[in-house]
This record gives sequence, structure tokens and C-alpha cells, in this order.
Amino acid sequence: MDLTVNGQARSFGGDPNMPLLWYLRDELGLTGTKFACGAGYCGACLVHIDGVASFSCVTPMNVAEGAEVVTIEGLSPDGNHPVQVAWRELNVAQCGYCQSGQMMQAAALLAETPNPTDDDIDGVMTQNICRCGTYPRIRAAIKRAAGQEAG
Amino acid sequence: MAMLENVSRRAVLLGMGAGALVLSLGLPAAAQDEPLKFGADAMPHGWQDDPRLFVAIDPDGTVTVTVHRSEMGQGVRTSIAMVVADELDADWNRVRVAQAPGDEPTYGNQDTDGSRSLRHFADPMRRAGAAARQMLREAAAAEWGVPVEEVTAENHVLAHAASGRQAGYGDMATRAAEGQIPARESLTLKSPDKFRYIGREDIGLIDNPAITTGGTVYGIDAKADGMLFAVIARPPVYGGRVASHDATAALEVPGVERVVVIDPPPQPSEFQPLGGVAVIATNTWAAIRGREALTVEWENGPHASYDSEAFRGELEQAARSSDGAVIRNQGDALAALPKAARRVEAEYYIPHLAQAPMEPPSALAAIRDGKCEVWACVQAPQVTRARVAEKLGLDPKDVTVNVTLLGGGFGRKSKPDFVIEAALLSREMDGRPVKVTWTREDDLHHSFYHTVSVERLEAGLDGSGRPVAWLHRTAAPTIGSIFAPDPMQKLPFELGMGLTNMPLDITNVRAENPKAQAHTRIGWYRSVSNIPHAFAIQSFIAELAHEAGRDHRDYLLEVIGPARKIDPTELGDVWNYGEDPARYPVDTGRLRRVIETVTEAAGWGREMPARSGLGLAAHYSFVSHVAVVAEVQVGEGGEVRVPVVHIAIDCGPRVNPDRIRSQMEGAVVMGTGQALMSQITFAEGRAQQDNFDAYLVPRMDNAPREIHVHLVGGDDPGQPLGGVGEPGLPPVTPAIINAIFAATGQRIRHLPVGDQLRS
Repeated sequence: MDLTVNGQARSFGGDPNMPLLWYLRDELGLTGTKFACGAGYCGACLVHIDGVASFSCVTPMNVAEGAEVVTIEGLSPDGNHPVQVAWRELNVAQCGYCQSGQMMQAAALLAETPNPTDDDIDGVMTQNICRCGTYPRIRAAIKRAAGQEAG
Repeated sequence: MAMLENVSRRAVLLGMGAGALVLSLGLPAAAQDEPLKFGADAMPHGWQDDPRLFVAIDPDGTVTVTVHRSEMGQGVRTSIAMVVADELDADWNRVRVAQAPGDEPTYGNQDTDGSRSLRHFADPMRRAGAAARQMLREAAAAEWGVPVEEVTAENHVLAHAASGRQAGYGDMATRAAEGQIPARESLTLKSPDKFRYIGREDIGLIDNPAITTGGTVYGIDAKADGMLFAVIARPPVYGGRVASHDATAALEVPGVERVVVIDPPPQPSEFQPLGGVAVIATNTWAAIRGREALTVEWENGPHASYDSEAFRGELEQAARSSDGAVIRNQGDALAALPKAARRVEAEYYIPHLAQAPMEPPSALAAIRDGKCEVWACVQAPQVTRARVAEKLGLDPKDVTVNVTLLGGGFGRKSKPDFVIEAALLSREMDGRPVKVTWTREDDLHHSFYHTVSVERLEAGLDGSGRPVAWLHRTAAPTIGSIFAPDPMQKLPFELGMGLTNMPLDITNVRAENPKAQAHTRIGWYRSVSNIPHAFAIQSFIAELAHEAGRDHRDYLLEVIGPARKIDPTELGDVWNYGEDPARYPVDTGRLRRVIETVTEAAGWGREMPARSGLGLAAHYSFVSHVAVVAEVQVGEGGEVRVPVVHIAIDCGPRVNPDRIRSQMEGAVVMGTGQALMSQITFAEGRAQQDNFDAYLVPRMDNAPREIHVHLVGGDDPGQPLGGVGEPGLPPVTPAIINAIFAATGQRIRHLPVGDQLRS
């Protein structure tokens, strides 16, 4: 089956039930997308599939067939998507492990809702867990990336 | 040979396993008449004042700082680099970091726990930077034939003003490396007004570029050519073993290469793997599917009936009995209690918790030519090295532990059981690289859990409501149970976490520790026994204030008493976080000040809307003083929101204030989870929570929306540093619980709140 990952055409001939996550990590070596729950509860594995924020850990390869997949490695050509810039400027990360998923979720949120309210942010970002507790900075960084004053 | 250059190469080579190049320098002999040692010097293997171990300068001027402590989100790679760069007077933009492998004789203590990386190593790493700078100046002086006193070293530039000569640090690095290492006593460290980086709020994390582009490498991300992937079915009950298994179906799963039985460890099992059946495959998914296809019969062993609800009853009975070991006794609380005008008692329950770092335990191991190399997310790489060597029958020098980034640790990754698993499986596969990944279910089912506690407190109040007698009984399984036949009583370091060093100004104080047996693996969890002790004591003081009809803040300050510096050994705490009590007394003045700061900032005493309240708590731990005020709203249906939290910390002088703030923010979020939702329960010996749908942790919508961090004190540069990573956590939970009482009049004594307030 064929798909596109970060703009590159790819072909996969393995188990069609394999979650996209393991294809990205184990087959393509794109380890920026993280495993943390394997069940769609935490968002560490979040990628964009045809522009939609999706849990790659519960997306089988046969569902991703023909899709355009974007991972954190492909979010921007130079690492300067407004979300990435805001994350650096506000030193959002602690351990950093969940932040790929957080940034991919935030980028999708801003694409849909360029000027999100606190409730908009809660509504979407609550799908992602950060055990270090960086939520206040994630909120502030989303606002900064949206061009609002940093909270 | 250019040592600095060599060290630089080594730094660049780290991560690809240049362990063989690691210098094995002898230990300095300890003189009998040496003065008392502190911090790094006092740790096993002491500290070597050799900047070449920690500072490398390339000819192009790139400075590489070798960090020997593990990065798990506390920012240590950035903070240590700041400290070195400051004394080296380096240009921050030309500073890189390399991670030291597990090698304690060379690098000093590597147990990244106890909130002590900067506490113990800020000064030694400042000296490393200052010594390297001194060596650069001497090299330039020799090259130019001028007195070293006339050579300046500032922002990566060496200069001699009189002759107008200048050189970059890189130009002099090779010559400098051949020079004498300055004696510790000869070094002059900067005065704070000269700091270039220390104390600045605007330093970006050194790993930010990699973190924001997916370029970071955690243990789970490690790769090697020909690598295989493994998951393991472990005994569901602690102490269990495989009775029989059938791997036929598992071996039919495409990609599965081998199924291997791992023997169970002897009990107590310390950091050893739990045993079980491993499935090794060509990718993680195949290994997971192979494991699902296994048939395993388990022999469950002595803990097969462990039920945490029934065990709570046992702990309560223990806490009500008077036959526990007396661990603190001042005055005569037993005589004073019956004579008091009023007696108040309360029991508090704190459940098991799992650290649940977002990166589950994961490690890669390979064996070649009788040498084992691992890549792992470990808090204690030197222990990892020793245990892997032991298990494989190798000399530790033939084991290289490459430390990756840690996707969270919180104490779980102090224990290298998962790394030993990877090493064993690599051996089974004739040395091929094998990566072991723990699924979230594995992590929650086989943690080294935070202990479960019942804390029973009793106080006698005088006519004015002031406590004159205080009796505290703590019943909880001990971490000691994983190291030795279950001592069933808490160790001095556990008791010293807020119980034996409790600094209240009360005449008659008694503490007892009745026995409690462990039925699962107990381990460190961020701030450890401070969690139950602070929750119970800070809840109880609020209850007493209410009994006495007093304002909680005023009452708390009164019970803490006047500002004084207390020697914790006089209270009964012989441990004091491993620190000299003269340098690190319990300072009630500092405790008072964080309480005053945080209550003022939060507007303590103001009128609150219906079903809203402010709650306060304060706690001394990891030689830092912290106070918290939480604002809580309780909905008509009993749902709790924590919109705003103020937290104040006095941790002495500050190296990286932004990371102190972030640690306080994280502590507030984690403490919110402990108050409202997080717990691990057991039935039939098995942990009942499988994943984040049942082990609830805070998310964006139920974490505090505003967290205000107040940095207190720190203006005396002579004061020793306090801890940061852990001390924020203990007072958060009782502050929230006290706020719920203020909002509703309902006193929660059993964590978490869960649906206890639901109507």
C-alpha cells in the first residue's frame, strides 16, 4: 500500500493492521512520534493524516493507505512553524517526550481555529497528557503562536 | 597529546559508545584529618577536580560540557551548562552538551534523584569552568610571553590589553590542555554581580531545537543495525513465576523470531527483572501481537490475595495500635494528651501511585566481543552498569551505559530492571541488539509503586486551642522491602521526609511507626514519603485551626512558632537529606516567609464566592521551603476545579530560575492529580489500572489554569543551594484538600477525592 509521509512517497507491504505509529518509528525511523499509551488516551503519537490530527497508535496502516501523513519532523521545513517557535520562546518543554504530540495537536487546532479561546484550547488539548505538567506553558504558547499576547 | 581535544572527541563520540576511551583515573586517597565533606565530595567515589573530564574545547571554539546527571525534564543539561559557561566566560551560543556514560569513579555520583543535581554539583561544575578558564589564560600568557595576571578571558576571547593581542578560546585549547590543573584552593569563583548566565530567566533549553523538531533520542528511540524488538509478559502478581507456557501461536505471528523465558528473581528482588516470557520480533507491533498470542499459566506466589481495600483496613488497625516503634519522642505526649482541654484525632489515607513517566521504561542492549553496550533512559547509570555486568558475568568496565534523554522519570527510572531485561535478551540472541519496550499496561502493572499509607494524628489542645500534645502514627510498607527481607518499618530516610524533622513548636511530640508488610514493589516516587506526611500534617493543622475557630494561616504560623534554625538531629532526624545539619538546618523563618509571601499574593482572607475556597499548606523537604495556596471551586454536582494556584519556594540561591518555575508548575499539576484523581488499586494481587483511561492524571482541562510561582530568598550567595525537583509537590495536595474544606465544609481524608463529593 502507498502513502505519503512528510511529502515523500512510501510503500508498505507488511501487516495491514499494524498501527501507523510503529510503521513510522520502527520501519521509517521517524522516532519524533512517540509511543506512550498505545490506545488513543494520551496523544503522544499524534500526527496529521490528510491534515487531521490523528492518534497514530490506533490508526491501522490500511486506514492510512493513500493518505498524506505529516509528523513532527515534517511540520515545517525549517523547524519554524509558529508553534515550534512559541514552544522554544516560552521554554514549554520539561522532559519533552509528549511535546511532539502537543505541538502537532496545537498546529491542527490553530489551522482550524486561528484565534482560540481558553475553552477552545481546553476542548482540544485535553486529548494530550503531559506528565511533567507543562499545561500552563502549552496554553501560553498556543496563544503566542496565534499572535495573542502570551498568557 | 591535547587532552582537551581528546576529551572533545570523546564527547562527540559518546552515544556511539566510546566507553573504551573513558579514562580510569584513581581515586584520591582520603586523609584522616580532612574536614567534613559536603555534597559531591561526600558521595561515593567523591569528586575529581579535573576540568578535562567535563569541559572540552574544539579548535573552532565549540565548548562541550559533559553532563553526568540524567535529564528527565528538570533542565539539568541546560543548568549545568550555564554554570560551566558562566565561570568559563564562554559565549552561550557556542556551548554544547554531551551526556556522560555511567561511570561514577570518573564523573562522581550519578544518582539523579533526591533533588540534588545542582545542590551537589553547581559548585564543582563552577570550579570546572573556572579551572578551564584559568588554564586558557595560562596558555595564552605562555604563548605571548606575558604575565598571566594581565591576560583576560571574557566571552570566548583571550586578550592582553597592553600588547593588543587577542585569541579565541579554541586557539589556545590544545596548549591549555597540556597545562597544570589548578588546585581547588587557587580558584576564584565569580562574585554574583559578575554572573553572565547564572540566575538569568531568559536562557533557552539546550535541547529545545531537538525537542521541537522531533530530533531527540530517548531510550525508546535508540537504534542499532540489525536491532530486534521485544515485549515481555511478566507475572501479574509480584513474586509470581511462569508455571507453563505455550508459544506455538506466538511464533506463528509474522515477524516473531523467538520466545524466551526469563527466570524470576530471588525475593526480595531489588532492581532485578520480574521474569516472564519475552517475545522477540522484527518490529514492536509484531512483538506485541506475539505476546497477545502467548498462553501462559502463572504461579502467583505469596501476594496473590493482595487487595488494597482490605489492606487499608489492616493499615488502619496498625495505626490505631500503640505497639509501633517510637521514632520520635520529645516531652511526654502520652501524658499530656489526656490532660488537654480538647482532643482531636484524624486518619488519612494515601493510596499507591505509579510514576507513569510518558516514556515507558525502554532500553536497547547489544553484546559484542564480550562487551555489552546499552542505551537507556536511566536515572542511575552507574547502578545500571553494575547490575548489567553482574547479570552477564562481565567486568563493569566491559559494560557501557549510554544515557539517553529520559521521557520523565519521577523515580521509576532509578531502577534498571528494564535494562537488565534488554541485556539478557541480547545474550539470548547471540548479542544482537534487542530493544525492550514496556507498554503502558506493563508500566502500570509492574511499577515500583509509591507506598500506600495510613497516617493517624492526634492532638491535645489547650484552652486557647493551641496544640500542647501531638501524636503521629505512620503505617506504610517501606522501600526497604525491595532490598532486604521486609523490615516492615520505614527507614530513617523515609521517616526523615517530613515526620521526624517536623518543626512545629509543640512541647510534647511523639511519633510511632507500626509494622506494615509490602505486597508489591515499593519504590521512590517524586518526593517519596513527604507525600503522605505532608498531606496528613498539613490537613490536620487546618482541622485544628477549624476546631480552634482560628484563621488557618495565623494558626499555622503560630504552630510553626518564631523564626529559628533547628538542628534536625535534635528533632530525631538523623538523615537530613544526607546534608550537614549545621549547613542545612530546618529554618522556620524561611518557612514562615514562604507562607507569608504566598498568602499575600493569593489574597488570603478575601471574600470568596459560594462553593469556592482558598486552601493553604507548607512543607519543608529536600532542604527547601515551600508554601502553596490553592483556589478551588466545587460545582453543585461535586466536581472540583482548581483555577488558580500560588506556590512560593525558598531554595536558596538560584542557578536557573526559569527551571525552578517550571518544576513548581509541574509539581502543582502532579499534586492536583494526587488530590483529585490518581490512584493504583490492587485486587487478587494485580494492579487494577491498565492505562490512562483508569489511571487518571491531570489534563489541560482539569489542571490549574493559572499557576503563579513566587521565588523567595536566594539573596545570600553564601547560603547553600536547596532542592527543586521534588519539594514543590508535597504541599500542593493538602492545599487543594484544605481549599475544598473552605469551599464546602467537607473534609477529605482519603485520597484521591474521586467522586466523594458527588451528590
